[in-house]
Amino acid sequence: MKAGDELAPLEIPITRTLIVAGAVASRDYQDVHHDAEIAREKGSPDIFMNILTTNGLVGRYITDHFGPTARLRSVRIRLGAPNYPGDIMTLTGTVTAVEGEVAEVRVTGANGLGNHVTGTVRVAVPGRAGGES
Amino acid sequence: MNEADFLGRLKKFEGQPAATAGVGKDLVNEPMIRHWCEAMGDTHPAYTGPDAIAPPTMLQAWTMGGLSGHGDGTGRTSGYEELFELLDGAGFTSVVATDCEQEYVRDLRPGDRVSYDAVIETVSERKTTKLGTGHFVTTRMDVSVDGELAGTHRFRILKYAPAQRSSPGKGPGRAEGREAEQAPLRALRPRPVINRDNAGFWAGIAEHRLLIQRCEECAELRFPWLPGCNACGSGRWDTVGASGSGTVFSYVVMHHPPFPAFDPPYAVGLIELAEGVRIISNVVGVAADEVRIGMPVRLEFRRVDDELELPVFRAEVA
Repeated sequence: MKAGDELAPLEIPITRTLIVAGAVASRDYQDVHHDAEIAREKGSPDIFMNILTTNGLVGRYITDHFGPTARLRSVRIRLGAPNYPGDIMTLTGTVTAVEGEVAEVRVTGANGLGNHVTGTVRVAVPGRAGGES
Repeated sequence: MNEADFLGRLKKFEGQPAATAGVGKDLVNEPMIRHWCEAMGDTHPAYTGPDAIAPPTMLQAWTMGGLSGHGDGTGRTSGYEELFELLDGAGFTSVVATDCEQEYVRDLRPGDRVSYDAVIETVSERKTTKLGTGHFVTTRMDVSVDGELAGTHRFRILKYAPAQRSSPGKGPGRAEGREAEQAPLRALRPRPVINRDNAGFWAGIAEHRLLIQRCEECAELRFPWLPGCNACGSGRWDTVGASGSGTVFSYVVMHHPPFPAFDPPYAVGLIELAEGVRIISNVVGVAADEVRIGMPVRLEFRRVDDELELPVFRAEVA
């Protein structure tokens, strides 16, 4: 692995089931993540994905790519356009730096409205020091 | 309370604890890990089996209040509650998370009992976003097991007053997903604040008349509406109707930031009426970048939504 490596994109269909399952699995019972009527009253067109689910999906995208030995060291994300039901989020990533067995990856998750998430993940990949592919 | 005083009250919360010696409601456990992995579609082998670790991105999940909220034992401080009450009370009732920054120091494994301490790092000045206007609140949490740091979690939320949206003919069960994107609900223009000092002006607008106040003592015209005369101080006044002709005295073209009810770029003009007073309004009927100082304009009334009509000024083509 080396700086400049691009990760294969991952398309994630944004379903109501994913939004609600992610919210519940993360213990987040904010109504805007499961109750469409209340979400509308609060100014959203629909329910939307919570940040913990986005965080989990970004983590999964990275470890899917780097394999069974990969361990997340840090995940830093910023949210933009919400993930509403019916949309598709496409995660893409580029390795921006490699130090020993730790890679830093710039991640973007784009949906039909724009960038849902941008962030940086550091991941340790034992046995995959910099320079090896 | 004005905005600066309010910000001063908010800033006092910076550095205060948001949670002290909170304890996770559940031990780190296999079922919650499995449910998480199912939801995320995460099949990483490290998260299953006898030596399983929890997905590091679950860090915050172990500290969540869940359905029963942050009651006893969760360490939530009164300061944090007071900050939220203050923001709620000022109309910033909605909340959305914007940033999450986590560092993972030590694996969490089934059986671990997490504890956590959190501090309010910053409360921002008032910001206007696409969602609405509000304040960003940033907290930093240290999550530990047996007194050993397991990870840190910095979290930023926006507490905001939602921008108003219209919802014509949209009941439950219709516009979903893509359809909603293609026909986004349109936010409404801000409502005018109508009070005793300006009610006559808005009553005039309802009748398609742009009324200017005139001092009954010295006959000075004034606009916008005020209780007393700038020239002589008299509180007695009547009105005259504007003829409707004017010129662009000055203008700006709004490109950024976007506000939900407005569609940039658009021209905001300071219009000098033929009567001599000036009014701020939109210049319409001409591209925003073609508005010029001195351009002749004529008053017209534009219905911007079901409840609001506004005076605007149409460029008069030479």
